[in-house]
Amino acid sequence: MIFMTDKVAIVGLGYSGFSPSTDRVSYKEMMFEAAVKAYRDAGIDARKDVQSFICCTEDFWEGNSIADEYMPDQLGGALRPVCTVAADGLYGVITAFMQIRAGLVDIAVVESHSKLSDVVSKDDIARFAIDPLFGVRNLDPNPSFLAGLEMNRFLHETGNSRESCAEVASKNLKNATSNPRASYGSKKSPKEILSSDVLAYPLTKLEASKPADGCVVLVLASESRARSLAEQPVWITGVGWCSESPWIEGRDMSSAGYASTSCRMAYKMAGIKDPGKELDLAEIDDTFSYKELQHMEALDLCGRGESGRLVERGFTARDGVLPVNPSGGSLGLGYMAEATGLHRILEASLQLQGRARKMQVKDAKRALVQSWRGIPTASGAVVVLEGGP
Amino acid sequence: MTRRVAIVGAGMTLFRRRLLETGKELCFEASRAALDSANLDASDIEAVVLGSAPDAFDGLHMKGEYLLDGAGASNKPYTRVYVGGGTGVFTPIAAWWHVASGLFDVCLAVCEEKMSPLYPHPQKAFWSIFDHTLERPLGVNLVWIFALEMRRYMHKYSISEEDIAQVAVKNKRNALDHPCAQLADRITVDDVMKSEPIVWPVKKLDISPPSDGAAAVILASEEVARKITKDPVWIDGVGWNLDSTYWTNRELAYPQYLENAARMAYRMAKVENPRKEIDVAEVYDPFDYKELHHLEGLQLAERGKAAKLTSSGATERNGEFPVNPSGGLLGVGNPIAAAGMMKICELFWQLRGEAGKRQVKRDARTGLAQAWGDLMQFSSVVVLRSR
Amino acid sequence: MVYSGIGISPQDVANSRYLTVPYSANLRYRWSTGAAVGRFLAELKNGKIVGRKCDKCKRVLVPPRMFCERDFIQTSKWVYVQDAGIVDTYSISYIAADASRLEKPLIVAVIRLDGTGEAGILHILGGIEPKDVMIGMRVKAVWKPKRRRVGAITDIRYFAPAGDAK
Repeated sequence: MIFMTDKVAIVGLGYSGFSPSTDRVSYKEMMFEAAVKAYRDAGIDARKDVQSFICCTEDFWEGNSIADEYMPDQLGGALRPVCTVAADGLYGVITAFMQIRAGLVDIAVVESHSKLSDVVSKDDIARFAIDPLFGVRNLDPNPSFLAGLEMNRFLHETGNSRESCAEVASKNLKNATSNPRASYGSKKSPKEILSSDVLAYPLTKLEASKPADGCVVLVLASESRARSLAEQPVWITGVGWCSESPWIEGRDMSSAGYASTSCRMAYKMAGIKDPGKELDLAEIDDTFSYKELQHMEALDLCGRGESGRLVERGFTARDGVLPVNPSGGSLGLGYMAEATGLHRILEASLQLQGRARKMQVKDAKRALVQSWRGIPTASGAVVVLEGGP
Repeated sequence: MTRRVAIVGAGMTLFRRRLLETGKELCFEASRAALDSANLDASDIEAVVLGSAPDAFDGLHMKGEYLLDGAGASNKPYTRVYVGGGTGVFTPIAAWWHVASGLFDVCLAVCEEKMSPLYPHPQKAFWSIFDHTLERPLGVNLVWIFALEMRRYMHKYSISEEDIAQVAVKNKRNALDHPCAQLADRITVDDVMKSEPIVWPVKKLDISPPSDGAAAVILASEEVARKITKDPVWIDGVGWNLDSTYWTNRELAYPQYLENAARMAYRMAKVENPRKEIDVAEVYDPFDYKELHHLEGLQLAERGKAAKLTSSGATERNGEFPVNPSGGLLGVGNPIAAAGMMKICELFWQLRGEAGKRQVKRDARTGLAQAWGDLMQFSSVVVLRSR
Repeated sequence: MVYSGIGISPQDVANSRYLTVPYSANLRYRWSTGAAVGRFLAELKNGKIVGRKCDKCKRVLVPPRMFCERDFIQTSKWVYVQDAGIVDTYSISYIAADASRLEKPLIVAVIRLDGTGEAGILHILGGIEPKDVMIGMRVKAVWKPKRRRVGAITDIRYFAPAGDAK
């Protein structure tokens, strides 16, 4: 493995939606709005300047087979190189990163959206991702049972408590109250969270993120183009991604091995040795409350079994030592399917540019962004972002 | 600065209407064959890219996640890409930038399609590729739009059904020499003309029916490739392009998106005169007219003249410009993404002189593979060279 | 080189020589039509076809969209177009969406609508025999009766040769 010197930066951010439902616009119109904003932010003409468009989606979230057919027009990508990555938006960022580093393109656009309000049978579709042959698909109509299994094992192995998980949900819901993009911001005590309905024991309803619609479009550029385009480029200094086995029953459910492997690759690339100290904030997966704790440990932000206590002591609060999900995360903003990774990139980039307003974390120079592809996968990606010249 | 990337191994499974193996098992079989051909082990693979077309065939949401252990990707960086029917030639392009970017030295690219699970007929999955509001209510099936394109192409350039049928005759005959072929046959233009109409002008023998199968190649950086094999096949040019979704607003007689994709690949490979510099081509042929249409978009034949090129015998395996010496999708079969990857495998074997009975007569050093997909709007192109 | 794979026949499956696992997925959606297609459907109910005009390339876009994909700007206004046009290309379908044979073949066409420049829509042709269809012939929409229209593309029953349309 060799590393080239050519750097890659995010030079334009655009978004639309960010609401539990967006009935008045089609997904195409939602994408168009986000794209126009991103291109304006980057100061580029999409039809002239962009050499590659990358969309991140899955057919069954769209309700269209070969969903990439429906992507080009509203992004300015007709008769241009456009492709689809069947994964979370971070994989799209990494794809653009590789295309630029390979010298193939100078400017690439990454898009992902959630229109989950169009999907009536969400649970059935999530369940449709489970192995078809071994009967697990039919065990429980509610696919969250897999999260319950994993949470129980995680708590058992690490000694973290249910109260700590509730603390995560409480923090993220509260952080979301100062985020204009958040749909589910609220002040809820850990006690209220623990006493909400059980979704899949030990997971309660307020510990699971609820769906939201939204679209995020990013413009990425090579170092030379980034320097001429952006006053405040956000540099991508490390990337990593990994999939564990798809056999649910065969995995170590207590640890997020995919996150550990991904972050080792990304930290090495970014030259990070002590992530807990060298990172200024982290936007990491919190699809379910316990996932934030599990991911903190897998990403080496703390030792095994330590995450719960750190959260309870305010270590990860917005004004804490290492703010985790100062945006409110998926619990506060809403779960945005494959767009989740890009919404985290958006939040982290605004922090590094000092544009996060009421959410601003002090002296934010280096951020960690991580995503998980959700039930029933053990797949995810990591990106390290840095502000500054 | 771009690193040079080469293909160092290739493998595939049989293509059949229905295979006993699951999608995972097909991925494994093709990957294992590719690894064996390069004398590599799964531990030598640093990253995996998988290509597969719609999830609806397999009856699985996020099918890339399901297939990954079959592709040897457990605990590795793994990504699934898709661009409809263009996926098979796009997947090695995605693998190319994994290596060309400097992130990895050895990357496996696997394409799988298991169309048979969808009951009663895989065609039904294609219904859901159409616009849910404006097209699906009309009862649309996949062949409609290709028949519309074929008819438009015939009209614009005064091409007959018989002209087009020559392609099916040639490709099915070429496939007689392919050990994986599902549809190899010795047929005549008359047989094609008399086969039952599906969606006129498309008749049964103009089209490649559903199939199961998988194919894989291994890519390596220059330094590593030279250690693995003395005959690496270099990926010198890559291109892809997607036209507007609004296909009813376009002129269907000419694939502009393909011209764009080809020019991107030619520029990168420094191909100035494709007709002179490309020695052998594997172009996408799920329908016989597509081979002609694509030769024109690729600038390998003048507009409306590909049928004449075919009648002249030039595109026969022993001709001066062999096209689809493998037997193509019409002869070998059409497990969508795997069929595109089969073309990459074929060129790997042709350019190394390992194609056996299928080896083209002329000295072949530069090859081109192309695939096509979506609502007649996407193409991917790869230019390969030996030495 | 040994190529792997075991081909099996429909009879093998029918005779349960190999086991299968049946599954029917519950896939339900309620797509937002959005501003452009929403208005288009509402106008179909009124027996009209509406497009959106791009001020830069001057095209009238049907199906309508709020953006022009070529110029990447917002389209500026609604324009009614004729429910008549010419056959750009056609085909004759002998199979249904699930590949089963149709009793009576269906004529499928892309129709370039008058007053749009180049916009075409996919629909079926009626009131004509397959052998009489020609590229370039004029056709006109035959609508369902007003009370049976629901705001769908099928509010147009089919397009028929222009002289015969009611």
